[in-house]
Amino acid sequence: MPDSLPDAEALIARLADAIRPRLTPDTVLVGIHSGGVWVAERLHALLGISAPMGKLNISFYRDDFSRIGLHPQVKPSHLPFAVEGRCVIVVDDVFYTGRTVRAAMNELFDYGRPACIRLAVLVDRGGHELPIRPDFAGLNLDVAPEHNVDLSREQDGSLKLTLT
Amino acid sequence: MNPQLTPDGRLKHLLTLDGLPRAILIQILDTAESFMDVGEREVKKVPLLRGKSIFNLFFEPSTRTRTTFEIAAKRLSADVVNLNIATSSQSKGETILDTVDNLAAMHADMFVVRHAQSGAAHFIARHVAPHISVVNAGDGRHAHPTQGLLDVFTIRRYKGAFHNLRVAIVGDLLHSRVARSQIHALTTLGVPEVRVIAPKTLLPAGVEHMGIKVYHDMEAGLRDCDVVIMLRLQNERMKGARLPSAQEYFKFYGLTPDKLALAKPDAIVMHPGPMNRGVEIDSEVADGPQSVILPQVTYGIAVRMAVMALLAGASA
Repeated sequence: MPDSLPDAEALIARLADAIRPRLTPDTVLVGIHSGGVWVAERLHALLGISAPMGKLNISFYRDDFSRIGLHPQVKPSHLPFAVEGRCVIVVDDVFYTGRTVRAAMNELFDYGRPACIRLAVLVDRGGHELPIRPDFAGLNLDVAPEHNVDLSREQDGSLKLTLT
Repeated sequence: MNPQLTPDGRLKHLLTLDGLPRAILIQILDTAESFMDVGEREVKKVPLLRGKSIFNLFFEPSTRTRTTFEIAAKRLSADVVNLNIATSSQSKGETILDTVDNLAAMHADMFVVRHAQSGAAHFIARHVAPHISVVNAGDGRHAHPTQGLLDVFTIRRYKGAFHNLRVAIVGDLLHSRVARSQIHALTTLGVPEVRVIAPKTLLPAGVEHMGIKVYHDMEAGLRDCDVVIMLRLQNERMKGARLPSAQEYFKFYGLTPDKLALAKPDAIVMHPGPMNRGVEIDSEVADGPQSVILPQVTYGIAVRMAVMALLAGASA
């Protein structure tokens, strides 16, 4: 296991290169709060997508609500386009159990019926608990459950990956 | 200890806004904000309270409050049962607690309670099992916390902040549980000047100790206000003659365009409903450009969703 993780910005550039050949005119990006939104903002600029990007807050769709209650800081979801018939790329920072993405897909379908949904993540850390896999991953790792992979935004706005 | 909060400070019951910390009020308003768009989506529901049973116990008639609680619960995917108890087994002599115990035996998770007796919701909250939450939807003259919350939510949406506002509450404060909840919410959120305007016969004793300014005259009281909240003249709660007549009341305390002109030009006009047109408010004002009375109703759904989501979350 590497002590220091690769540069997040370089990984995002690699992710954009992987997505680019698969872009269609009706593709939209949707980031999951908070880290996924940061990554989606970068991808949106790098890929030059003209449609605005969306943001999802999956707090109201989590499967652990009855165990831990409402997340203390709930930001609204915002999808500034009709989901109906679009190809939606869901973007998250770290892919782990797959439960967040399941919740995000449930929420997306409450806005309409997308033509397709793809998943792009900065890091796939392993430990999946559901039959959901990313279509695009900047980095694949096998991280033990007692460790955490976190994406943070520095003072200057740059993104940084840490393993704790 | 506040009976509304869990030991770790989360909202367990919503019974009154009196004594609720500012942080909790802000959390409710912010959560309500994030529920605002659910009503405009293709599927107007989130799955948060899937599998939960919410009982609306209305021991007193209500249309707006009961309906918006019902819609709010349904948008959270809860199962809702409405009981208008004035017309059910209570009239056969069953006590409130027997009614509640029977519904709890049907696996209720939350009770929304409206009752003519002050303290009824507190009484039920003390009695129920720990996993059940209670929301006060209006008890006697005491409190109507979700109305107070939707009113401050409306003010925040139109005015952006609370720290620079002058708010006037006009009318029958004596019988008004809504006014009590509004005053607690406004002062907790830091509104520097809350005024009440009413004839002496419609003011409760000790109102001057609630941290507000008391006026008996509309001309002085409305001057330079940012928000004007009209209260309904509650004829059904009045015993004896507190007023000469509705016409007389309208002449002195009814909100007409002329009187509203004394407030700031961008002042908003609110009313918790149901309105007595021509008694406390002129139709020209109620339907005019400064009225936000119908948005209040819409926001009431998001605010009640937030309250129910937070309460159900605190049972976790």
